Amino acid sequence: MSVIYVLLSISVCVALIFFLAFILTVRSGQYDDTYTPSVRMLFEDELVNSKTTNNQKTDKTD
Amino acid sequence: MTSSTCYHCGDPCGSNPVRYDGRHFCCNGCKTVYEIFQHNGLECYYDLEAAAGTTPKALVGKYDFLDNPELVEKILDFNEGRTQVVQLHIPHMHCSSCIWVLENLSRLNKGIKTSQVDFPKRKVKITFDSSVLNLKEVVLLLAKIGYAPEIALEDYSRSKNKVDRSLIYKLGVAGFSFGNVMLLSFPEYFESQEFWLDQYKPFFRILMFVFSLPVVFYAAQDYFKSALKGLRSRILNIDVPIALGILVLFLRSSTDIFFDLGSGFFDSLTGLVFFLLVGRFFQQKTYAHLSFERDYRSYFPIGVTKLNADGTEENVAIYKIAKGDRLLVRNQEIIPVDGILIKGNAQIDYSFVTGEAIAVSKLSGDKLFAGGRQVGGALEVEALKSVSQSYLTQLWGDTAFSKNKASSFQTLTDAIGKRFTMAVLTIATVATLFWLWYDPSKALNVFTAVLIIACPCAIALAAPFTLGNLLRIFGRHGLYLKDTNTIERLAKIETLVFDKTGTLTSSSGNKLVYEGMELTAEETSLLRTTIRASNHPLSRELYNILIGHQISTLDEFVEETGKGVEGRNGAKAIKVGAAQYVGATADTAVSETAVHISVNEDYKGRYVFKNNYRNGVVPLFKRLFKNYQIMLLSGDNDSEKSKLQRMFPFQFPMFFRQQPTDKLVFIKNAQTQASVLMIGDGLNDAGALAQSDVGIAVSENVNVFSPACDAILDANKLTRLDHFLQLSKKSITVIKASFILSLCYNIVGLYFAVTGQLEPVIAAILMPLSSISIVVFTTTVIRLLSQKLNTVN
Repeated sequence: MSVIYVLLSISVCVALIFFLAFILTVRSGQYDDTYTPSVRMLFEDELVNSKTTNNQKTDKTD
Repeated sequence: MTSSTCYHCGDPCGSNPVRYDGRHFCCNGCKTVYEIFQHNGLECYYDLEAAAGTTPKALVGKYDFLDNPELVEKILDFNEGRTQVVQLHIPHMHCSSCIWVLENLSRLNKGIKTSQVDFPKRKVKITFDSSVLNLKEVVLLLAKIGYAPEIALEDYSRSKNKVDRSLIYKLGVAGFSFGNVMLLSFPEYFESQEFWLDQYKPFFRILMFVFSLPVVFYAAQDYFKSALKGLRSRILNIDVPIALGILVLFLRSSTDIFFDLGSGFFDSLTGLVFFLLVGRFFQQKTYAHLSFERDYRSYFPIGVTKLNADGTEENVAIYKIAKGDRLLVRNQEIIPVDGILIKGNAQIDYSFVTGEAIAVSKLSGDKLFAGGRQVGGALEVEALKSVSQSYLTQLWGDTAFSKNKASSFQTLTDAIGKRFTMAVLTIATVATLFWLWYDPSKALNVFTAVLIIACPCAIALAAPFTLGNLLRIFGRHGLYLKDTNTIERLAKIETLVFDKTGTLTSSSGNKLVYEGMELTAEETSLLRTTIRASNHPLSRELYNILIGHQISTLDEFVEETGKGVEGRNGAKAIKVGAAQYVGATADTAVSETAVHISVNEDYKGRYVFKNNYRNGVVPLFKRLFKNYQIMLLSGDNDSEKSKLQRMFPFQFPMFFRQQPTDKLVFIKNAQTQASVLMIGDGLNDAGALAQSDVGIAVSENVNVFSPACDAILDANKLTRLDHFLQLSKKSITVIKASFILSLCYNIVGLYFAVTGQLEPVIAAILMPLSSISIVVFTTTVIRLLSQKLNTVN
């Protein structure tokens, strides 16, 4: 049953890894702006769209 | 000629829209932006949100200070080699189209590498190649497409400080430890006699001890600091019993496990700190895009054009202006220093300083005060003082601006905390004395148990959650508060002081009322034609009102500066201007701002400029009058006094011609009798807003700057002011009710503690239960109370 020492140490280590990951994400500024990315992720389509119109710009009528 | 709206900005186009590409535009500015977007494949801008644009404003010379490398260096975030990074504040940013176009700036100019928007802060971070374009060109590009950045130098010196994220770290540490300790203490709760669990108990306990260390010494350090600070200044604030509770919990638990007396209270300890920090985090709601700290520097330009003796122009930073410098002030620019007008047709709009909405004419040799805005041509001004010593800016030297209202105010929680601490210490002493006499072995146990269970976690949570919730609800309804402390101060208000111009009146122009003999269509047309050529601000306003009348040609036109204009068409001659100029009899009220008209030397009548009061001001005052003392404090002249007296069915004190400093002193005097709420808008109210117990700045567009204040109120929501005040009062009652509720929990807990039977399990149940029920209680009640705000308009 002394395996419980090993198991507990591992579980605490895993928890610590997640904790460190949290600290790192906060430090990188990920949570400073929680709104803009939610809008930005919807833009991908328009960008592709406008790139094609951009290429055809020369013969555009409207 | 159907009335259409502008494809770019959504404004009505009027009778003569600009047509381009089969679409209608209200002006050439909007059309140009459309053209730019279309040429660069950015028409998606209009697909995302219809009519999302902003009309670009004319900005000749506005950003010329960016030619000054010293200033540019201050504004840039990063500058190395050819790469430069800048963060610009763009108040006009308002929708997803804005985000999209600002993040695709690289299509408009190859030199821009990336641009990233932070919408809550209304900021865009632009990385560009300085060999292709410089900062000024970037800013001008933004201005050209209707996103003129607002550049205030003090923002840049401040934003380079690091963002404070320590509360999130502390919350993370506390939450992490709380979860792990809960898990580890589970076997203890059931007191199972399992052999293996007993075997590993010491190991589990050591682990719990280790987890609690960062909580006590890192996450909870603010409570210790605040308690120490309070004790040093002999104040028993709420953090004293909290810090005492945490300390006793930790010491008792540590001795328990090291001497094998029990399992300790590590779960309660970590949970307590975690919940407290959650409350603190919740309370910390801020409106990142609003600034509550603005002073005059935000209104004034950063750099000005200085005219050197040899005739060359030079851009200098505003703080470098010295006495005797010659400055060039262009149309729509603000005069940065007190000075003497040397040359130019000065029409100064002093609405920032005095609240007077109509511009005044100045002649060469007249003194000009800082803060006035020039409307018209360029001026040459000789500075008489430096910027900080000018009449208006001296106001910021007053102590009202340096005091911190929040720290000098005793919150309800702190007031309760004092009595609470006394009570807890008394109970602990009495109980310990009793046990010393009855069973000394248990005395220490009881003493610590009382301090543990009485730790006022629920009390400390009541205010943050009640006020934090209310802060968010107010924000949704157009009142943006600086912090939760403001609500408590708002609840104590007895006197309301209103500014007139811009606060009670809408800033969207004056109402022009004609008094006198009616003008024929021909005369009106002649009037319009005559004033068309005049540059006087009153003429401009009148001209805009008369839109729709025909323009004819004039045979003769004479303008006498400072007096009026005369126009002749055939047999008819019209004179427009001051009363004496047109030959009016002197019975007219002098203080009124009016344009007089005579035709063929025959006095016809006058156009009087009347303030345009906001809708619902009268009903609002009626409602407020029942519970508050109301006063009016205006920088304007008293021409509106009789009208105001007629508007309201009751009388209240009105004061006119109040200079910014007068307003400050007035509030200071009023404060000797009651708590004062100042409601104002412009720079002229800045002193009063700072001095008052609560200063609310009314703003037509909350994203655009407003003076330093405690709260910003959307001008459309001014009529809800009474509801906001009422709700703040009710929130205090809610906090008091939750204090009583949490006291009930404390009494139950104290029963266990005093009788010496406090088990860790009981503490572990009671503590989260009381905290969570308080949070649920306050949140529900506040939501119910604020339902009313949804129904009123």
